[in-house]
Order: sequence, then C-alpha cells, then structure tokens
Amino acid sequence: MLTRRFALALALMPVVAAPFVASAPVAAQSERPLIVGMALEPPHLDPTAGAAAAIDEVLYANVFEGLTRIAADGTVAPALATAWEVSADGLTWTFTLRDGVTFHDGAPFDASVAVFALDRFRAEGAENAQPQLFAAIDGVEAADPTTLVIHLSRPAADLPFSLAWGDAVMVHPDSADANKQTPIGTGPFRFAEWRRGDRVILTRNDDYWGEPAAIARAEFAFISDPGIALASLLAGDVNAFPNFPAPEQIPVLESNGQFHVEIGTTEGEVILAINSARPPFDKLAVRQAISSAIDRNVLIAGAMYGAGTPIGSHMPPHNPAYLDLTGVNAFDPDRARSLLAEAGAEDLSLTITLPPPAYARRSGELIAAQLRQVGIHAALKPVEWAEWLSSAFRGKDYDLTIVAHTEPNDIGIYGRDDYYFHIENSRFDAVMAELETEADPDARIDLLHEAQTLIADDAVNAFLFVLPKLGVWDADLEGFWANAPIQANDITAVRWTD
Amino acid sequence: MRVLTRLAQLAATLFVASLIVFMAMSVLPGDAGLLRLGMNAEPAAVAALRAEMGLDDPLPLRFVAWLGGILTGDFGTSGTYDVSVLGLLAERARVSVPLAVYALVLSVALALPAGIYAAVRRGRFADRAVRGVAEIGLSVPAVWLGLLFIYVFAVYLRWAPAGGFPGWDAGPARALGALTLPAVALAIPQAAILARIVRTALTEAMDEDFVALARAKGRSTAGAVIHHALPNAWAPILTVVGMQFGFLVAGAIVIETVFNLPGLGRLLFQAVAQRDIVLVQGITLVVVATVVIVNALCDVVAVASNPRLRRGP
Repeated sequence: MLTRRFALALALMPVVAAPFVASAPVAAQSERPLIVGMALEPPHLDPTAGAAAAIDEVLYANVFEGLTRIAADGTVAPALATAWEVSADGLTWTFTLRDGVTFHDGAPFDASVAVFALDRFRAEGAENAQPQLFAAIDGVEAADPTTLVIHLSRPAADLPFSLAWGDAVMVHPDSADANKQTPIGTGPFRFAEWRRGDRVILTRNDDYWGEPAAIARAEFAFISDPGIALASLLAGDVNAFPNFPAPEQIPVLESNGQFHVEIGTTEGEVILAINSARPPFDKLAVRQAISSAIDRNVLIAGAMYGAGTPIGSHMPPHNPAYLDLTGVNAFDPDRARSLLAEAGAEDLSLTITLPPPAYARRSGELIAAQLRQVGIHAALKPVEWAEWLSSAFRGKDYDLTIVAHTEPNDIGIYGRDDYYFHIENSRFDAVMAELETEADPDARIDLLHEAQTLIADDAVNAFLFVLPKLGVWDADLEGFWANAPIQANDITAVRWTD
Repeated sequence: MRVLTRLAQLAATLFVASLIVFMAMSVLPGDAGLLRLGMNAEPAAVAALRAEMGLDDPLPLRFVAWLGGILTGDFGTSGTYDVSVLGLLAERARVSVPLAVYALVLSVALALPAGIYAAVRRGRFADRAVRGVAEIGLSVPAVWLGLLFIYVFAVYLRWAPAGGFPGWDAGPARALGALTLPAVALAIPQAAILARIVRTALTEAMDEDFVALARAKGRSTAGAVIHHALPNAWAPILTVVGMQFGFLVAGAIVIETVFNLPGLGRLLFQAVAQRDIVLVQGITLVVVATVVIVNALCDVVAVASNPRLRRGP
C-alpha cells in the first residue's frame, strides 16, 4: 500500500514540464528570412571605429557603403562614387558622387557628407583602426554636391582601394556618433535590431538607390562554439555559415546533400613570425633553417584538414601580383640542420607563442614537432588574444608566433621599422616608395614580385599557408561570395532559389 | 540585530570579492584600448582611447572611483561595448536568472521525490537504483550532457532550437523552450547531489527516537517520514540548495556558452577576454550578491522551519 501511494506521489510531482517548441513555420518564399551564422559577435556596429572583423562581417556593403567598394573578385568597384580621376602629379583626386542617395534616416548623401566622414577618420587621435588608409590625405573639399576633391601630400596610387575598406564607409554627421549602437548607412539593408549576445537583424531598405536586395530580412546569429555551429546548421536554426569555424566538420557537411560547401580563399596569410631582434634569430641562416624545417603540406593536412594553400611569401595565390616562392626555403630538414650548424645554433631552445585561433594552436603543435626533427626544442605558450596583442605584438616579447595577417594587400607591413617583426632592407623600402607613385599595372606587378622575393629571400618570417574560406550554406541559397577578398559577408546578392 | 550582521557580512563579502577581481584583472596582461583598435592602430590613438577609458589612472584611484560609482548606483560604462554596464546586466539577467531558477526548480523536483523514495525504501532495490542513477548523474559533465541534448533534441528530433535565445518578446513558450535543454543539463548533476543529500538527511532523521515513537504510535512509514522526519531534515537540504544556486550560476558560464545563450555567464567570459574590467566587476558584484543573498535566505528558511534551530543565540 505504502509503496503504491509513494509511486502516486512521485507521478504527481511536477516533473520536467518541457515547453518544447518546433522551429518557426517557413514564411512565404520571397519573405523567407536568411539566418547567417558567425563565430564572433561585433563589440559594436561602427566599422569606422574598431578593429574587430566581425563589425565588417555584419555591416560592410549590407548597411554601410563607401565611395568605392571591393567586389567579389577582389577588384575595386564604384559604390557611392561613380567615377574618379587623378591629376598628372598624382596629388589631386576628383571623385564624382552618385546623386539622389539618402541614408536610412532620410538624410541626403552628398560631397559635404563625404568631407565630414573622411575628416572624422583621419583626425588626430581618431578611433579609426586603419589610420594608414588616410595617411596620404592632406585635405578634402566639396567642389559641388556631387564632386569631391581629395588632396594628397604624396602620391597614393591605391587610394580608390583604400577608400573601399570598411573603415572608410560613409557616415552622416547627424548619425555618426550613434552608429555603434544604431548604425545608419546608405546600403540595401537597414539596421533593425541588435539582440546583444544573440543576433543582429537587418531588413531590406526599400528606398535603396541601386538594385534592391532579394532577402527581406537577414539575421546574423553569433555562435562561438564550433560544435554548436554544426548543430545549428543541421537543426535548421542557421541557413549559412560563410566562414565555418571547424574545418574538421567539412566532410560531414559535404556528405549531407542539404548543404552547399564552397572552399574559397582569403587574404589571411598565416605566418610563423620570427623575432629577429633576438639572437640568434638575427642570423639569416637560423631563419632559413626554421623555414626549411617546416613541411607546409603537413600543416595544411593536420591543422586545417586539407583546406588551405601553401605560400612562400606574403601574398595569396589568387592575387594577380602573386609570385610562387614556395621553393625558397622549402621543406628540407637536412638543409635546416646544416644551416643551424653553420650558424652555430645547434641545440636551440625557443618558445612559440600561440594566440587562440584553432589554426594557430594546431599549427603550433605540428611545427614544434617538425622543429624537433632538426634539433630545435620548441616550447609552446598559448596566450589569450589580449595578451598576444599587448605582449607579443606591441611588446615584441616572443621568439616565434603564429598569426594570420588578414588585411588585403598588406605586404607594406614588412617596411615598418617598429613592427613586431622587421628586417632592415633598403631595397624593400625603395620598392614600397615606388609602389606609392607607380600607376602602371604591369610595373606595379613587377614591383610586387620583387617585394615578395626580397622578404622570402630574407626569410623574415616562415610563410605557411593562406587561410581557407570555408563557406557552407543551404543548397537552396545562392549569391554568397566564394572567396573573401575582404572580411565581409556581402549578402546583397543572396537569394532563395526554391 | 541578525539582519544587521547579515548585511555587514554581505557588504564585506562584496568588497573583498570586488577587490580580488579588480586586482586579478589588473595583473592580467592585455590592453583594452589596443584590443579595440587592433594591430594597425597608431599608438597615439590607443593612448587617447586608454585615457578616455580611464585606464591610465593609478590602480587605487581607479578602484575607489569604481567603488564610489557603485555606491551611487553607477556601474560605469563597458569599455568593449560602449554602453552602460547596468543596462548590459539587466539585459543578460533576463536570461540568466530564469535559467538558474528553472534549473533549481527542476533539480529540486527531481531530487526530492527520488531522495524521499530512496530513504523510505532504504537498503532495498529502489534505494540502490536511485543511488546508482544519482551516481551516473553526478559523474556526467554538464557540457557533455548539453552537447548530447543538442544532437538528440535539436538536430534529430527538432523539438528545441540548438542554441540561442529568441527573447521574452517572442513569447514565454518559445523563451522557456530555448531555456529547457540548458536548464535540464544544469539541473541533472545538481539533482543527483541533492537526491543523495535528501536521502542521507532523511535516513538520519528516521533513526531518531521521535520517529520511532511516531511509528510506535501507529503512524505509517510514509506518514512518519513526511510529518516527523522531513521537517527535521530541511536544514541540511536547504543549505545544500542554497550552495547549489552558486554552482548553478557558475555552471551557467559553461552552459550558456554551449547553448549560445546571451546570459551573464557568457558575458563574463567575453568581458574577461576583452579585458573589460568595469564590466567584469559589475557582473561579479551582481553574481556574488545574488549567491550570498540566496544562501542567507536559505539559512533563514532553514531556521524558521526547525524549532530547535530557532532558539539559537
């Protein structure tokens, strides 16, 4: 009797009352929302006031537009400027601006707005994360509402490219200060809501000056855990991951007919940076030995599960100016050992500082094992991103470190005297100076070839591979970028096909 | 008098916790200004941002300034998000507090009947079964349980979302739906501990003379347990429930990350990575205060429910 009463009591206890809810019903086709997954959440929503790539990954081209823009193939294309020309001395640029463009709050865009924006970014102590883009600008003026004149202090042949970055998008004087929380741009999507910690929601801008977006509502959902990223795709909570964070799961997604998997390229050169300010890394032979000890194909197979392209200098293979230098200091353990002996650096012990990204941590373990094969004992030091930036990058406190340099066309960093890696090379500096003034495309390519060769021969760093762009999206979607010439998720051409 | 002592204890705990967290964050390498502006930033711009964020003032001054702000109800501005810390806390508490309460309710709802049943059936098969299941529940890490749930209930059965939180605006059913898997994952290990505590506390109380007397006077076993043993076992059970609330808040850091919930735990994790001291301080203060207050309340209830404790000094 007793037991029966207890059993009854148990049954009546309020057990897991689970109000499970199935996924929301699919809306009518044309209005079906697009949910894009991203690994990191932006700290705020102003691309002109912060370094976090996640800001551009939500807003670039979607909400904010610049005078120029980077197209899917990596070239510079018109955006709010329809045309531009440069004076014979290369010091005066005239941009013709698009007429009839308005910001999402109705404020008109014209040359005076462009003057405000550019002056804001290049002001002393400005919060802009890419001040080098504006370094050559001496003054900006509005000749008339659709004509913007930019005066330079020195020629800068790549000005249209610089103005295409997310850090140079157009912002209005009335809304600029509030863009971190409520971004107001001129793009085909307007900002609707930011559910902090969860997602940013954009809606189609029906007053857009150009081709309207096919997607009526786009949500950028932030999912930091790679396992949950996979689960969210499989569960249908997320329709696309333009930069899927877990290369090891790509085979699972490829074998699932529900998704399209696109392995593209990025501008992210993964390098093993070498601190040449510290002996014995000041010796060329030691740096060459480190490069020769590394089998890049093993790194790509082991750390990236086969995705990624080996490089021999600081340029991705899809760049028109790319020169294949993977043969310079190629994998050759015997050569590495004899170079170390020649430099008197046998029994070398060093530390590899590893920031958090998986490519760095995994490559670091493999490189340590490869260095051991040539007699270098490498200790691994995993650090947080904050510590990497302040200690290794700013404080130059490291022996070797692995990081991806994700900015496009950034070979110029090898000429910076105070950079965290640096080899003095006057010829390299001269090549960079010539590049600033050279406008002829063929001559520019020759100069870039020489620059790549110089840093490869100097073995400034060990050049490892280009980060792949692992794009995964619902097979019923089209219009995503295959490659990432800039860190952005341009969804203006994305649409549902079914 | 008791209340005043409690309040003084609370204030002292909060002060010490804040000081320890502040010092720990200060010695961590990392520069919040550099983090915000990145690798291409000019040193002058980083310096200007640091000054604006108040990072250049001497440490004691910064702590006193922060403390002064707290005393006047100003939690400061997050260096990462550029918004008020209090606003961020309020936003995130709307997820974390319901999650912790949901998990606690589930944990008690599972543990209490199981523990009572095991105590009544002491030494028999049912007792061993409950203890065995509890052992398993105790050994399973909440993270693993969370991942398992996601694959079973979200990916295969599609009963619940794989993660994320639709917000309370989406309706209580959808919001609670998103919190259910995380709450169960958090509750199961806690329920296992609690079931064992309930069983132990009850079996001890059942060995007392007054329970034997009650039974001798004709009470059934169940009657003796519910009317005589249970009131005397509340104190240890409530104490453990109070302590568990602390574990639930701490466990939420992991579970909120696994389930991608925008709660205080994940915010704390992000704030530490971003070296956002003001935000870390604000979260710590709220979490410590909550845990201390909940524990105090549990103590008060335990005392009130037990006549013998009530006669204390």
